[in-house]
Formats: sequence, structure tokens, C-alpha cells
Amino acid sequence: MARVLLRRGSNALAARSISGAGARLEWRARRFCSDGVQERESMDYDVVIVGAGPAGLAAAIRLKQLCDREKRELSVCVVEKGAEVGSHILSGNVFEPRSLTELFPDWKKQGAPVEIPVSEDKFWLLSSKHAIPLPSPFRNHGNYVISLSQLVRWLGTKAEELGVEIYPGFSASEVLYDDNRVVGIATNDMGIAKNGCKKSTFQKGMELRGRLTLLAEGCRGYLSEEVIRKYQLRKQSGAQHQTYALGIKEVWEVEESKHRPGFVLHTVGWPLNTKTYGGSFLYHMANRQVAVGLVVALDYQNPYLSPYEEYQRFKQHPSIRPMLEGGKVVQYGARTLNEGGFQSIPKTVFPGGALIGCSAGFVNVPKIKGAHTAMKSGLLAAETAFEQLSKGSEPAKLDSYWERLQNSWIWDELNAARNIRPAFHYGLLPGLAVSAFEHYISKGKLPYTLKHGRPDHLSTEVSKKHKPIDYPKPDGVISFDLLTSLYRSNTNHEHDQPSHLLLRDPSIPEKVNLIDYAGLESRYCPARVYEYIPDENEKLTLQINAQNCLHCKACDIKDPPQNIKWTTPEGAGGPGYSIM
Amino acid sequence: MSMNPFCEIAVEEALRIKEAGRASEVVVVSMGGEQCVETIRTGLAMGADRGLHVITQDSSSLFPLAVAKLLQALVSSEQPRLLLLGKQAIDDDCNQTGQMVAGLLGWPQATFASKVSISDDKESVCVEREVDGGIETIQLQLPAVVTADLRLNTPRYATLPNIMKAKKKSIQRVTPEELNVVIGSDLEVLEVTEPPKRKAGVMVASVDELLDKLKNEARVF
Repeated sequence: MARVLLRRGSNALAARSISGAGARLEWRARRFCSDGVQERESMDYDVVIVGAGPAGLAAAIRLKQLCDREKRELSVCVVEKGAEVGSHILSGNVFEPRSLTELFPDWKKQGAPVEIPVSEDKFWLLSSKHAIPLPSPFRNHGNYVISLSQLVRWLGTKAEELGVEIYPGFSASEVLYDDNRVVGIATNDMGIAKNGCKKSTFQKGMELRGRLTLLAEGCRGYLSEEVIRKYQLRKQSGAQHQTYALGIKEVWEVEESKHRPGFVLHTVGWPLNTKTYGGSFLYHMANRQVAVGLVVALDYQNPYLSPYEEYQRFKQHPSIRPMLEGGKVVQYGARTLNEGGFQSIPKTVFPGGALIGCSAGFVNVPKIKGAHTAMKSGLLAAETAFEQLSKGSEPAKLDSYWERLQNSWIWDELNAARNIRPAFHYGLLPGLAVSAFEHYISKGKLPYTLKHGRPDHLSTEVSKKHKPIDYPKPDGVISFDLLTSLYRSNTNHEHDQPSHLLLRDPSIPEKVNLIDYAGLESRYCPARVYEYIPDENEKLTLQINAQNCLHCKACDIKDPPQNIKWTTPEGAGGPGYSIM
Repeated sequence: MSMNPFCEIAVEEALRIKEAGRASEVVVVSMGGEQCVETIRTGLAMGADRGLHVITQDSSSLFPLAVAKLLQALVSSEQPRLLLLGKQAIDDDCNQTGQMVAGLLGWPQATFASKVSISDDKESVCVEREVDGGIETIQLQLPAVVTADLRLNTPRYATLPNIMKAKKKSIQRVTPEELNVVIGSDLEVLEVTEPPKRKAGVMVASVDELLDKLKNEARVF
């Protein structure tokens, strides 16, 4: 690899190491891709929201509803990195409509795509050949099987009707500060070539300044993580680190005879071993569509584990395979989700703004639901923001949002569920035992709180301690190779742009990841972004196929040396989910 | 809905012609259901002056001839000097609309344009076309129809301020009935099949076996 130092005055002010497979920029230099500091245009809003997901849109809608009710005017802007609202939304999803009802009491009449009530709720413990039915720990009566992407698209149209300005195709890549206070965000520069030079289509990013800024980027949000670090939000609330899981999902279209709308199935056990937390889901939606997937906690120890291959294997189980046979896959995708629950909630307020939704982390892990709490947090933040902005006191503060959260049902729910996930740290059977105890008997009321184990990135053991897993080859009917699946995610990025996946130290993958962990990123990434390819000297080097990226954030979370940093690519890139 | 890539190139070219002072107004037209509005707004955000939306019940009945007839009707009321289209849509790959509307209007046409230059007196346009043998340069009297190919230009990004300004630009809605055009389904889609799935590769044991398979199974020679 040659190290090339570029002359001052050229378009990239960085030292780069250039391998045969593509350039990797030293990550700090990313900010300085354009020559000179061109002035950025800026626009002012009352509230700037990053992310058009359930939390972001619920907050935006609530703000406008309050404006209508109280006859005030507030300008609300939502930026979304996906090409359309809903493009980057992926979730199971069995939806608890509680927050939707708070937002729109007449959501049914208004035509919200929440139509299929849960009709059957099954829970199986799988072995490699059998499926043992267990009593379902879920109480899904009154809940619906939905596509969250569809619901979010509907929320988007409702928000625009109320006057919210939504800008899909723009990545918020920078937090703007003024004397330690967040004053808004800036979008990515667009039209920069892979080598860092400006193309003819170059457009400088824009500043969106808000009296208040809400970060609703979902799990492991890029700006949210920066803000959590800067203001030490976890320390402020005494929270532990966040823990995560990676969910791999497909939507199938099955034969009419196999379709049971409202059928809900969860499994634990095979193919995951007793030391790996996770489970599968299979939900029948409308239109003969079935959502199916596997969630694997990212504190798994075996670097040879591939969540994608485990999912493909799972589908071949004798009790699962018949449910899908004869059908075809319509969409594929993957996303990480929070599993830290109550113990990991950071302080959600910082000077100038707040964290809402999964950016903070309100997933109820035993229920496997997070959309309802995400939306509720958006509502609470919006109500606080409206109050504060109406008062007119500058600078506006969202401190009472933190108090409202603690007094809300989000807190009660997450507190009651807090000991279940950490119990699995001791293994599957102890986990199931404690879950049952907590779920049916103590309901979180006993005065103990189990702690999380080590952070996910420190949980991987060296490859020496494990053996490679011999995954079965895809049959092309039920299981598929990764690139075929990736095609079904409609993911793409403008190829001539710098890689958005940055390495703090470009030599670490070959020095550490490859040697100690057998190049684990080439196995957990559900998009084949990371590949170890022999170079001209037959030496394995890391190739980053950034164009494939599904924006799942697994690499940012799981990389043992925390060398990989996920940053926002040019807006409108990434997956194109419509029924995920 | 995102704009058909070739149409985006056509919009970009129209904007460049206006920015060069050779045109006074750029109007973007889209036909179909409600999703067209978003596509038109993208064109407006790129810099077009106003939009025209021909509303039809469902876009699937809009075959090229119907679109050409609707464009012919719009042309008679709008009186543009240049009609710029993408060479084809990436959903049906027809590559017919530009040619058909030129025929209906009796206008000269230059398809697969990779370079467009309006003359100083704005009476003619010089177009370089990509053809199999190379590049063909032709000159057309205006008004004319030009369809855009990939290498004509690289479309600009719509900036946030322009997207916001586009919300205020007008989009006129009109129905085929108001244009006195009857949309018939002159084409019927009988069947759509996926290309055959790639079969698994076959390992051959020797070069002779390879030659045998190439000759007798794949019929390469």
C-alpha cells in the first residue's frame, strides 16, 4: 500500500493510503473534502428533526397539531437520509397501537395501514429437528401485524398535510454548536468524487438551524452517538452502555392456502446455541405477505458466526420450511436494534435539543416492541418543545421532557421488563427461567437490577478459541446467497463518492481483525460490505464495498477494536424498503 | 417516485439551454396518477419554471401512443419551440414516445442526443446523436423533438432551498378529456416473465469434456 501525501491546495487535505482495491481516507479528514471553507447557506426553523421515522414524525405531527389547537405558528423541518420517507424503515412488526391512538384517535377512519389484528400468537423452542410449543409470553391481543415502512410512509403524508416540511434525500452529517449548545444540523456536501475532488455536480451542504433540535435517527444514530459522547449523557443518567442485536428480515409472498393473516410466531433455540441470545419471528401480514426474520444479539462470542447464514439455516427447519415453500421473496433487509432497555437509557436532553426514539433506546426487549415507545417519546418531546417555544424564553430548554419521560408509561414498561434480557447473559435456560419468573410473578417489582455484561464489541472471543461454522449452501428456493438477497433490498449509493465507512487506523483490519478474529466483519455484515481479498502479493487485504451498505450499523457496534466508524453517505443512498 | 433517469437528463439539458439564454421558460410535464406531482416537483426543484400534470386514472394504461397524443394536444396550447424527452422509460423500455410525437406534430426529430446546441438565431438546433457506427451530427429546424441519451449531461442535485422554492411554483392539472384526447388501450400486455434463473455451474473434469459441452449443450460453435 502506498502512502501518498497530497499537496496543500489540492482538493483533499489528508494523507491517504491507497490500496489496489480502493482508497480509504483517514477519517478526520472527511470534513475537509472541499478546497477552502465555502460559506454554507443556512435556514432557520423553530424545530429541526433528524430522521423521518416513527419518533421523528410523531414529534413533528404533534407539534403541528398543538399549533393548530393553540393557534400558534411553528416551523418544523424533518430531514431524512433515505430517498423517500420509509426507505430506511425496517421492523418486525407486531404493533401496539397505543401511541398511534394518542396521535390520531381516528387513525382507523383516516386509513392508517394498520389493518391485520393478531389472530394467533405462537412461541416455539426449536431443536434442529423439532419445534416444542411453549406458552406464549406475549399478550398481543389488540395488536396488529403491520409493515412499519408502510405506516411511516402514511405518517409522512399526514405530517405534510399538517404543514411539516419533510426533506428526504438529505443526510444530516454534522451537529452545529454555538458555545456548547446545539443550534441545528448541517447536511452532507453532495457531488464529491471518490478521490475527494469536487465533481461538476458539487453542492455544498446546508445548515438547518433550529431553536430546538430533535435527534430521531434510530438505533446507533450517527449524530446521536456524537451528542451522547459530547455531553456524557450516559454518565449523567447513570446508565450502562447500550447493547444491541442485528435483525435480518425478509418479506415473502406465500401461496393463498398458506396465508393466515394475523398469525404471529416467535422461536428461540436452534439454530442459535445456548450462549447466543436471539430468536426468530414470523408474522403474516395482508396481501399474502409474510414477514420473517432472525434477530441475533451482538454480544455473540464466536467470530465465525454469520447472522445472515444463521437466518438462512433457520428457514430450513422442518417446521418453518413448509410455511414458506412455494412462495417468493419480495424484499430483504437488516438493521440493528437496541437491547439495553431500562439500564441503558441515557439522559435524553442536551442543551438545544433532545434524543427521541431508538436514538435514545426505548425498545421493550421481552415484548420485542419499540415503535410504540419511540412514538410516545416523540409526543412527549413535542409537547415539551411546544410549551417552551410558546413561552418565548431563549434559549429554549427541553429539561422537562426528561421528567415527563420518567413519569410516563414508557418508564413503567421498561422498568418492569428490565431484568429479562440481562438474565440471558447467563445462558439460554437461566434466561428463560428468570424471564418466566419476572414475567409471570415479580414483574420487575423486586428491588434488584441485573447488569449487562461486557459491551458487544468486547464480547467477541479470538478465533483461535472457535472453529469455523460449516453453513449449508443456499438452495435458491428457501435459502439464498447474500448477493441475491442484497439485490432484493433495492440498496444503492452513488458509486463515485468517498466511502462512508471510515477506519480510524487503516492498518488495523489486517493487523487485528484478520489475525485475531478471522476477519469477522466479513461475516456479520448483512450486505457483504467487508471482504478480505488477496492483493497482487497474495496477501489478504480488506476491501470495503460501501455501495452495498444497508445502513444497519452492525459494524460500528461490533468491531472489536472499534476501528470502523459509520458515517452518513450522500443523501438518497441506502436501501429502498417499502414493505419492511 | 423518482424521475426516469433519461428524463432527468432532458430536464437538465432544458435548464442549461435556458441558462445559456437560448430559452425563456422551462415547463415540465408528467402524466399519470398522484405520484406524478412529486416527480414534477423534482423538476421544479432542479429549476424548471412551472409544471403540467396530465391526470389519468391509472398510469398503466398510458402507452407511448397515448402519451404522444397528449403531448401533441399540449404542444398546440403551449407552443414550445423545443420538446425534450428522455429517450425511453426504464419501466417499459419502449423508446417510442419522442418519435411518435414528432410524427404526429410533423416536427423534425433527433433521438439519442449526446450533445444539443441551439443556434444563435434560435431558429435551428444542432444535435449529435449516438448511433452504432459512431456519432451523427444533424441540424434541425425549430420547433423540433429531441430525446436525451445517457451521455448528454449529468443532472444537477436539487438543493434544499430550491426544493423549498419549488413548493411555491405552480403545477397546472389537466385531464385527457379537457385536451380532447381519447386514451385507448392499443396495446395489451399478455405476459411478463422473469428471465430464466441462472442454473448452477457444472464442474467439468477435462478440457475435452468442456469442448464437448460447449459444442453440444451450449451450442457455442
